[in-house]
Order: sequence, then C-alpha cells, then structure tokens
Amino acid sequence: MRYRVSISRKEGLSDPEGSTTGTALRDLGFDEVASVAFGRTIVLDVADGTDPGRVDEMCRRLLANPVIEDFSVEEL
Amino acid sequence: MTVAVVVFPGTNCEHDVVQALDAVGVGAELVWHRDEDLGGADGVVLPGGFAHGDYLRTGAIARFSPIMNPVTDLAAAGRPVLGICNGFQVLCEAGLLPGALVANRDLQFICRPVEIEVTSKKSVLTAAAHIGEVLRLPLNSYEGNYVAPVDEIDSLEASHRVVLRYHGENPNGSTHAIAGLASAAGNVAGLMPHPERASEAVLGSTDGLVLLESFAASLVPA
Amino acid sequence: MSLHRTLGMTDDEYALVVDVLGREPNEPELAMYSVMWSEHCSYKSSRAHLGRFRHDQDQVVLGPGENAGVVDIGDGWLAALRIESHNHPSFVEPHEGAATGVGGILRDIFTMGARPIALWDPLRFGPLDEPHNRYLMSGVVGGIAHYGNAVGVPTLGGEIEFADPFSKNPLVNVMALGLMRREQLVTKAAAGPGNRAILLGNSTGRDGIGGASILASASFEDGDAEKRPSVQVGDPFAEKKLIEACLELFSAGLVVAIQDLGAAGISCATAESAAAGGMGMDVDLDAVPVREQGMTPGEILMSESQERMLAIVAPGAVGAVLDVAARWEVPAAVIGTVTESSELRVFSGGSLVANVPAASLSEDAPLYRRPVERPRHQDDLWNDAPPLPEGVDAGKTLLSHLGDPALGDRSWIYEQYDHMLFLNTVVEPGHDGSLLRVKGTDKGLAVATDGDAVRCFLDPERGAARIVAEAALNVAVAGARPYAVVDNLNFGNPEKPEVMWQFTETVAGMAEMCEALDLPVVGGNVSFYNETDGVDIYPAPVVGMLGLADPMPLQPPRLDRAEEGMDLWLIGHEGGDDFAGSAFSRVTLDHVGGRPAAVDVGDVLAIIDHCVRLAQAVPVLHDISAGGLAVALAEICIRSGVGAVVDCDDWRLLFDETPLRVLVAAPPLADLGIDDVLVQRIGVFGGDHIDFEGAGIVDLAEATDAWYHALRRPLSVVG
Repeated sequence: MRYRVSISRKEGLSDPEGSTTGTALRDLGFDEVASVAFGRTIVLDVADGTDPGRVDEMCRRLLANPVIEDFSVEEL
Repeated sequence: MTVAVVVFPGTNCEHDVVQALDAVGVGAELVWHRDEDLGGADGVVLPGGFAHGDYLRTGAIARFSPIMNPVTDLAAAGRPVLGICNGFQVLCEAGLLPGALVANRDLQFICRPVEIEVTSKKSVLTAAAHIGEVLRLPLNSYEGNYVAPVDEIDSLEASHRVVLRYHGENPNGSTHAIAGLASAAGNVAGLMPHPERASEAVLGSTDGLVLLESFAASLVPA
Repeated sequence: MSLHRTLGMTDDEYALVVDVLGREPNEPELAMYSVMWSEHCSYKSSRAHLGRFRHDQDQVVLGPGENAGVVDIGDGWLAALRIESHNHPSFVEPHEGAATGVGGILRDIFTMGARPIALWDPLRFGPLDEPHNRYLMSGVVGGIAHYGNAVGVPTLGGEIEFADPFSKNPLVNVMALGLMRREQLVTKAAAGPGNRAILLGNSTGRDGIGGASILASASFEDGDAEKRPSVQVGDPFAEKKLIEACLELFSAGLVVAIQDLGAAGISCATAESAAAGGMGMDVDLDAVPVREQGMTPGEILMSESQERMLAIVAPGAVGAVLDVAARWEVPAAVIGTVTESSELRVFSGGSLVANVPAASLSEDAPLYRRPVERPRHQDDLWNDAPPLPEGVDAGKTLLSHLGDPALGDRSWIYEQYDHMLFLNTVVEPGHDGSLLRVKGTDKGLAVATDGDAVRCFLDPERGAARIVAEAALNVAVAGARPYAVVDNLNFGNPEKPEVMWQFTETVAGMAEMCEALDLPVVGGNVSFYNETDGVDIYPAPVVGMLGLADPMPLQPPRLDRAEEGMDLWLIGHEGGDDFAGSAFSRVTLDHVGGRPAAVDVGDVLAIIDHCVRLAQAVPVLHDISAGGLAVALAEICIRSGVGAVVDCDDWRLLFDETPLRVLVAAPPLADLGIDDVLVQRIGVFGGDHIDFEGAGIVDLAEATDAWYHALRRPLSVVG
C-alpha cells in the first residue's frame, strides 16, 4: 500500500523559504502571487493490510514536528 | 565532576567541546548515541554538527537515539544538560526545550562572530555571567532561526527563560532575537552560538569561557 | 558510431587496447579502458611535461602519483595535501558538481590515513552581469557550503576571478589538507594474495557513468542537457560516517591498504590498488551493493557513485572491519580477493566478464606529445600595452575598484562556510593566507591559493611564475616559510597547439619558480578541454601553497590591526609601470593586452625572509596584488576602520601591479631592519579618509560601502 504524507508549516510561523520564494516570483513579474508556503511530501510504501492508524502514528512521532508542522495523509 | 559529550553520526564538534571543557577544568567523556547510559556523568553536553545529516528535520532522528533516554532522565533529575547549536536543535525536537529551529531568514549558512547579550542568570549556562553583559561569540548555522507558538514565547519571556539574545542585529530572524534559552528549572539550556569556539585568545575571543564556567560550576550538586 | 568512439576513445587508442590485450576487448573491458585512458584519469596530454616539477626535497614523504602529496612537518606530524578540479560537472549542475568535488578531494586525503582538517576553493566564473553566471556562482558556493559544512570540514579560504571565457567554462578547484601522525600513513598498494577487497560506503547506482570520460575529457557543445544524467549527487552525511569509520579502521590497524573511488569508480580503484601492489585481483560484481535495477557489468564498473572506498583487508580481519563499518552505519561488502597474478578479473553472474592486466589500465595509457605552437599573434598581444590615460582621479578610481566583485569584500562567500570547526583557525578567511595551528606543537600551517588567468593568458610563463611567488608571499606574511606546492592546471583543448604552448610555458614558469624557492611540487591536477563552442578558457593554473610557521606567531598580522598613528611602509619596488593584466586595465580601461613584468627570483627570497621575520612583530603585513597599492591600502583601512594619508602624487604608483611588494602597518619605528630591498615609509594611518595627497582622496565610509556591496549587490539580483 502507498500513502502520501503532506507536511506543512503551521500558519503564522516563520517560513523563510516561502517568503523568499514569493519575493523572487514577484521580482520576475508574477505580481499576482500573494503568498508562498513550503511543505514536504513523503511517500510511504508499507506492507498490505497496514492499519492507517499506524501511518498516522508515524507522522505524529517522527515525520512531522507538531510544534511547527501540520500533516495530512492520502492513500494512493 | 565529569561531563558526557554525546556523539551522533554526523556530530562534528565533540572534540572541540571536550577541549573547551578541559580549559575550564572539567573532564569529559565521549558517549555514543546508541549507548544506554551516560557512564555516571554529572552533566551532559549535546555538541554541534549535523546529526543524521540534518535529514528530515535537524535533530528529528537524533532525539530517538537510545542515549536520549538517560539524557532525559538526567534532565528530569535536575542535572545540567547543555545543547550547543545542533545540540540545541536536538533538545527542542526531544521536547526538553520548547520551540524549534528553522532555516535562517536569509536562507544562507551564517559563519561569523555575533554579539550576544546575557538576559537572564536563571540557567546553568548563564549563572556566572552578568545581566546585560555582551559577549562576542561565533554563530555557525543554517537553521538557527528560533520559532515557537506566541503563547510559548510570552511564557518564556515572562519567566526569564530567554537567557541569551542577539544584540544589535538579529542575524537569522529568530523570534524576539532569541539566541539561547533554558527550561523552567534552569538546568536544561540550549544556545545557537558556539561558546567552545570562543574559549582561547589565539582563536580570537575568550567570551565563551564565562558560559562554560557557569556550566562547570553547575555540575557540583547543590 | 562504433562503441569505442561513443565512449570517447580514438581509433588509435582502440588499437592500443587490442595490442595490450592481444585480442579485441569486450564491452565491460572497453568501458574500463575508455574511462581509465580518458584525459582526466590518464593525463595523456600532460604527463610528458609534468616531469619538470621537482619533488625530491627532504620534507617530501610521498610525491605525485599517490592520492595526495605528503610532507613531514616535524614533531611526528605529516601533512597531506591535494588540489582537484570539478569544472565540467559544475557547469552542468553547479550545486552538485561543486559538492561532489569537495567529497572527492576529501576522500583523497583520508585515504592516506589523514583526518581532513581544511578546504580551500579557488573559483572562476564569467562576469556577474550575466544571470547565468550568477546562477552558477550561487550554485557552486552553495554546493561547497552544503557539503563542506555537513561533512564537518572547515573551508578556510579560496579565491575568485571573473572573466568572459569562464562564462561557459566555470572553474571549480578545491584544495584539501589533512594531518596525521607518521605511523598513521596508509597507502593503496594491495599486498598479500588472499587478502580481501571490501567496498565501503554508499551503494552503486548509475551516477556519473562515464563522468570522467564524457564530462571531463571532452568539450561542451551548446544544448548538452543530455550530459546532465552523468552528474553525481553527493551525500555529505554518508561521507562523514565513512571518514570516521575509515579513521577508526586505520587506528585499529585493520586495513592493509585503502583506495578511494573517484573517477572510473570500481574499475580504477581495483586496478590501481592491485597494480600498486604488483598483484592482481578477482572482483565479483554480484557482491557490489547496487541501488538501481538491471545494471550491466560495464555500468557497475564505470559508475561514479559517491562516498565509496575500497579497503584491502587480511581474511582474519574481515569480521572486525564489517563490525566497525556497521557501527558507523556504513554499508560494507567483500567484493574481491587479491591474487598472485597481474590480472584484474571481473566476474558477474558466475561468469568471467572482463580480464585485463591490472597495471595496463594506468601504465599503458597513451602518452601524447601534442604539437606545441606559439600563437601567431602573441607579439601583437605583447605590443598592445594598456593605453594609460594622462591623469587619473585616484579617489574615484579606487572606489570603482573596490566595488568590483573580484576586488571587494568576499565575506558573502566565506560566511557561508563554517571556517571555525576544529578550533585550529588562527587567521580566518578574508586575509592574505589562512593560518592554522598544529595543536600540541609551536607550529602553524599557512595556506594560500592563487591564480591569475588574465596574466597567464598574456604570458603563461611569467604569469605562472608570478602566482607561485604571490602564493609564497601570502603564506610568508602569516609567518610561514613556503614548504610545498600542489598545482591545478586548467586549460582549454590540448589538441590545439596554441593551448599546448600555453601549457608548456606555464609548466616551465611554475617549475622554475618552485625550483628557485626549493619548493617540492607534491601533487597536482590537470583539467583540459575547458572549451565550449570552440572557445578556450584563458590558461588558468592555480597554485596551492603550504607554508610552515615555526614558531607560529601568536598574534599574527591581520588586515584589521592598523590603528591611528601607525606608520605605513612599502617593502619592494616602488613600481609604476606594470599594468598588463592589471585590475586597472580590466576595470577602468576594459583592456586585455601587454606583457606583464617578470618576477626577480632573488627579490622573492629576500622578501619572503623579511616577511616571515616581520610577521612575529608587526600588526599588519599585506601583499600587494590585484588593484595595486591603492586597493591593498584600502583593504587595511576598511578592515581596521581607520583612514590613511599617503605621500603619493603619481597615480601609476597606486594602481600598477609590480609584483613582490608588501605593505606594513606598525607603531612608529626607526626602521624595519631591511637593507637589501627597497623599503620606504610612505604614509601614516589616521583620520576618516584615504588620502593620496595630490593624486586623489576618498571618504572611508564611502569606500567601505562600495567594498562591502561589491559581491552582494550583483548577487542579490533575482534571475
């Protein structure tokens, strides 16, 4: 089974990659860009029959830092 | 009094820290991240480097190393635990200190001396320093930008747990210019600059010694 | 097209392989020869000339031909040094090209038994007003920073030069230094039949397949995106673990020999290791950990996947080696056995897939004495001296020089490099030479890297001699005697006789100056084919100079130690007429032409002596180079935060670049104790201007601002 985990920075926290990229896009003439937020995608290949709760736990314990990140899980 | 200096794969400042602790009269032993105990050490330093390559997130994998169990126990027992740079990042990931360190505001590694103001003596890192003292210490990091939820920041400030602050300029965009902070009890402390790199005149500054001496003094049981 | 041609071999080279084997080679065998006999690996166009360099001085423990040159620095310590280029990969993918260049050279150091303790990066790009050059420079500096910082080796300096020919051929050279105790020295010679060959490090994939032959041994044509898959991707964390594992193996005495895998991967490491020991080797490709499916034997042999080493281990020690590797999370696999033969035999799927004489891969490589021809227009070039104006406003000219990216503040670069790790750095980047202490001794090691492509283009022999002299001076002002040299020779297409003329003249000039200074050349690298669409780079030799300071000055001279009231002295010729190849010629006149002055060998030795002595006593010693006396003085004033007043009314004395001159700042002294070269007190520090009485004046704050933004301004432009 395959899962896609999307990890994003919590709203309101500093995101230097996002703000720098937004400025760069606008400098290139893409004035329509209001904001850019960086995140990460992790694709997990797990054994068939794995309980989705386990994937959730993987995210909570290691893959995402709950202090600064939110996550969502999508089955592929 | 001895100090355990923890080595993760990718750690690179361990020998520098041992040398600097020696300069303030403290013996130190290197302890491997898979070890199950600290060898009877009275305190712990998590040194700088790139534990696990900083992959996933800096400090994210290191916090699960077996050695972090006795480190957590030692911290709970009120003994001195100091995280320098990468070590500070590990302590935050492990929940021994609040908040997190993310990429520098200008998205470049910063390696230069910066001015740091001592803002609280309530920690094993700053007990021997003076409030308002400005120290010239090397900053050497890519993820030195301290962030935490607003209420956490307010709490840290209110309880004088921010022990070091960038002075004059904020080189990496850290919230409230936070350069170092401590746990509520003051025995766990973390800072981004490297005090061991300012421990000898020939290297350009000895301003780190007062912090190392604070830590050394804290090793003696109260 | 026949297979050997797609692999970059000529028909004659193919015939030579047939001759060596006594038969036609099969595909994996041909792959091995194509890479091992490529220019990058075999030095076939340069070897004939490199014998001019001497390396028989007493301090030399190992000279050229090893992975790194090794010199004895006394007190039981050996220093290993090497310089390498990663030019072509950095043009294709600047971040990874530069990063893997760092990884590669570090392996060359720790494969000798030494812990790598410092790096330097001499870099050359096209002018920064071109967006693509900004992209290349940012990528290269970022890649070096990323890899060097994460692997945990400080980068202590380097240099930067900008010129048009480097737009399509950037030059990324990296120098590394390692330290070991005498008894820690390890070689690559696989001895002992029955000993095992253990592959340590990252798994093998298709990275860089043919990198040595395809990228480094051929010129670019536009639209070379298909060369992109050949670029290797680096993993500094894997390398750090590999360093620690190897150093532990060495100190436990567990390896007989070790060889790093770089260009030509497994084929090179196994062949060279066996040949160096006068042995053969049986290699089983099935035992090689791979990370891609369906790799052919040829691909496994040619792969340039990074962060791999080949250790030769006695059978009884294999278990212990695998344990050490496992502890450091370093993959390890026994892939071969040393044999009492001279054959390298490669097996796959149980069958013999390649069988070649081990030594032939390096020893039978072709040796070319390519035609050398002085360029027809060389005399015209010499006669086209820079057209100097009548009068010049020295203040305005100085400001424009300070704002030039090649002359201004370089901290944008070096603040991205951790240059403090290991607590050895006594003089950090931003001064003339790096100075490191050797803990446990009174000694210090100084290092400088120097190149000057424009001058080497104008006169390769004089240019090469001058960069040796300048590098020697850069370590002398840190209190170190020049001790050993490594050289990186970056040139265009050697199939052009004019390029070979540049090469041979360069070698002559460099060899002569090293000889005069009694400096061993303990290693080097040649990078040919730096040519795109038929346009070659300027000849760009780079010198890496190691100096030994004994004793190390505890308060070495620095650019920021001048103070109000100190005197300014000039040691060396007054100068005034050496403008060919100068910054003034480039920045103000936009002119390339003329013939640079030669360096007087007698003067070099005298000035070096004086600098080494003065470094123990004066606060500032600064070698005058690009930008002349005016820029050198401005650097001192800006860094020290104090102005100066100089007795000078002739602008030519301020901007010419006569070599072998040094500025001194010192508290008022009667004299500097020098009577065999020209020495003059030419000014005094103080005030908030840099004042060349009569010739011009500039406000210190304005000068500082121009200098500080010289690199920052162009590099902050997006796109």
